[in-house]
Amino acid sequence: MALSGVEIFKHLPKTNCKKCGHPTCLAFAMKLAAKQATLDACPDASEEAKAFLGAASEPPIKGITIGAGDKALKVGEETVLFRHEKKFVNPCGFALAIKDTDSDIEAKAKSVSDSEIERVGQKLRVELIAVENASGDPATFAAAVAKAVAAAPSAGIILETENPAAVEAALTHVSSKKPLICGANADNVEAMVNLAKYAGCSLVVRADGIDAVAQLTEKVVGMGFKDIVLDTSARKPKDMVEQYTQIRRAALKKGVKALGFPIISFAVNEDPFVEQALASVAVAKYASVVVLSDISQWKTLGLIALRQNLYTDPQVPMQVSQNIYKVGDAKEDAPLLVTTNFSLTYFIVLGEVENSKVPSWLAVMETEGLSVLTAWAAGKFTAAKIAQYIQESGIEGKISHKELIIPGYVAVLSGALEDKLPGWKITVGPREANALPAFLKNKTAAA
Amino acid sequence: MAFVVPKETYNGKVCEVEIGTGPRAVKIGGENTLPFLAFEGSVPNKPAIAYEIQDVPPDDWPQTLQDVYKDVSADPVKWAKYCQDELGAQMIALRLIGTHPDRQNRSAEDAAKTVKDVLAAINVPLIILGSNNAEKDAQVLKSACDAASGRNCLVGKAQEANYKTVVASAMASGHKLIAMSDLDVNLAKQLNILITQMGFDKDKIVTDPMSSALGYGIEYTYSVMERIRSAALFQNDQTMAPPMVNDVGMYVWKVKETMAPEADQPSWGPVADRGIGWEATTAMGFLMAGSDLLIMRHPKAVDTVVKMIDGLV
Repeated sequence: MALSGVEIFKHLPKTNCKKCGHPTCLAFAMKLAAKQATLDACPDASEEAKAFLGAASEPPIKGITIGAGDKALKVGEETVLFRHEKKFVNPCGFALAIKDTDSDIEAKAKSVSDSEIERVGQKLRVELIAVENASGDPATFAAAVAKAVAAAPSAGIILETENPAAVEAALTHVSSKKPLICGANADNVEAMVNLAKYAGCSLVVRADGIDAVAQLTEKVVGMGFKDIVLDTSARKPKDMVEQYTQIRRAALKKGVKALGFPIISFAVNEDPFVEQALASVAVAKYASVVVLSDISQWKTLGLIALRQNLYTDPQVPMQVSQNIYKVGDAKEDAPLLVTTNFSLTYFIVLGEVENSKVPSWLAVMETEGLSVLTAWAAGKFTAAKIAQYIQESGIEGKISHKELIIPGYVAVLSGALEDKLPGWKITVGPREANALPAFLKNKTAAA
Repeated sequence: MAFVVPKETYNGKVCEVEIGTGPRAVKIGGENTLPFLAFEGSVPNKPAIAYEIQDVPPDDWPQTLQDVYKDVSADPVKWAKYCQDELGAQMIALRLIGTHPDRQNRSAEDAAKTVKDVLAAINVPLIILGSNNAEKDAQVLKSACDAASGRNCLVGKAQEANYKTVVASAMASGHKLIAMSDLDVNLAKQLNILITQMGFDKDKIVTDPMSSALGYGIEYTYSVMERIRSAALFQNDQTMAPPMVNDVGMYVWKVKETMAPEADQPSWGPVADRGIGWEATTAMGFLMAGSDLLIMRHPKAVDTVVKMIDGLV
């Protein structure tokens, strides 16, 4: 919970000694409230003040790191319920569940390693493997974990067992990988917290329902351990939406410390389409780790796209890089179109040019990610700038004609463009991308 | 310390809109809580799903989707009956895409006949959609509304460019109306105001916020929907209270992910599953943001979403 300057001021020495660099303690308190200064600057702050302000400055939902090194996954630290208020901070992780009784542990683990795909310039993947102690035997579990780690060295590990002996056995292979132990329940909580503390790992606290989970996390925090991930045992979509919403609200709006932790969700179903849909619910509704029973490529592709979409910054348009893209087998006589680099504009125009089946050159111009009309209105998609871009792009060496198709919404630019691009013919294309297939087909038929 | 469930207090309620007549009529909307939060409000109606059919064969649909309807899609009447009787459709959405000047440019009279024939063959509610050419839709939807008189259809889409004629047509034949604006909260509000100023009852409007496919801007639709719903519930903004419809299939089944064969995209997996999953996941996103009505194409995607809706309400 954010504190006001006045609340902070009450805990300062009130000596106006200026050692912090600010003229008065109140001025310093205001800077602290605005997060433009830290308490370290005050040499006379009491221990009580440090403890109070330290607790108040903690994020309402704790950040948890699973794994080690540059591929470690950080989740939590969310600050809002709705993405239009502010960007969702740390995208959830996806995990593939593997049983220690499976005969194809290496192959499954390898599929996690190989899951990386590129979308809109970002490399995205399934980050985690959840090894489940289905055998009930600690040695079998430890061996399975070792196999999975060997086959997928870059994946984070979830140790899915409620048996402390199995965790202990597995940790001998993976403690340096900082796995997520999954987890503690009412019966094993002391042993699990001690193991997690000892290995420096994070720990799932699992109980039936929010009330029971909150009681258990209070106990765990009381033992001096805070690297917690919550599991309320919600497995049905209704319970997931209701419970996860209540947890996020309690942590953000009511300051309930016992629920200020990320959520793990098990979106497992024997029907792969239902599993994907269930995982979609978890991604949209506040889960930070989503465990799947299967990561077929088609399924992962959709979930990764959903996660990427919902975790984008609503204030910053997604952009694609400036380039002249070749669509289909475009040759030197193929038409040349220009548009802006707002990712939606690019996707829609590209899709319709592809649908036309007319090989084309698509010039995508850097306009700070603004769409055609907005970029034009903001002076970033003007005749002078388009002309300069076309001349510097090197496209003249790739095509045998000098005709540029511009979006119908900026038809007004055609005269000025012909002046600035001597020898070029400027053709006004359709306003909406969905008219491009007919437009391009007519054009090639006429040629 | 016992956990106190943090509940929101809502001041408004989503309008309830009934579509169709007789025992198969469908009610949508009516909820007074954010999506699926029944612990703090009531959700009297489940979100509904309409199967999309077209007045002309769907040559531009991906092959995997065309194959599903290959025995019936040459005839909209057979297609409608197949969806109702074989697939268990709760509603049918007839898109008069063949009337588009760039397509077959079918006449308003031809469109009206198709509407009449389809209505004669089904008893589930019908959604009548134009070709999204604002000018042509104004004529086509007028004839279609007349032809469907008395069946309490949902007709659209009324847009800024053509709402006057479309609203007048829907009003004259007693239909419900889809009002679509360009992915913007304020434009959606403004269009609803303009429509009600013509004397059209606000309780007969369904808002189309403008959909987009997963991976192609779904987050914009998602946030516009969350903001519309928040305005209706928290601020009790009556002009934002209509239930929301998402035209899912139309946006999904033209993106690369639903069309590219595995041979071209080896890391994407089989195109058949990918397309179904893409449509279902897109629909799930809209449900989480407050959708009351989904227009969809693939039966397997519909089945998946129906199972989820049953598990959510």
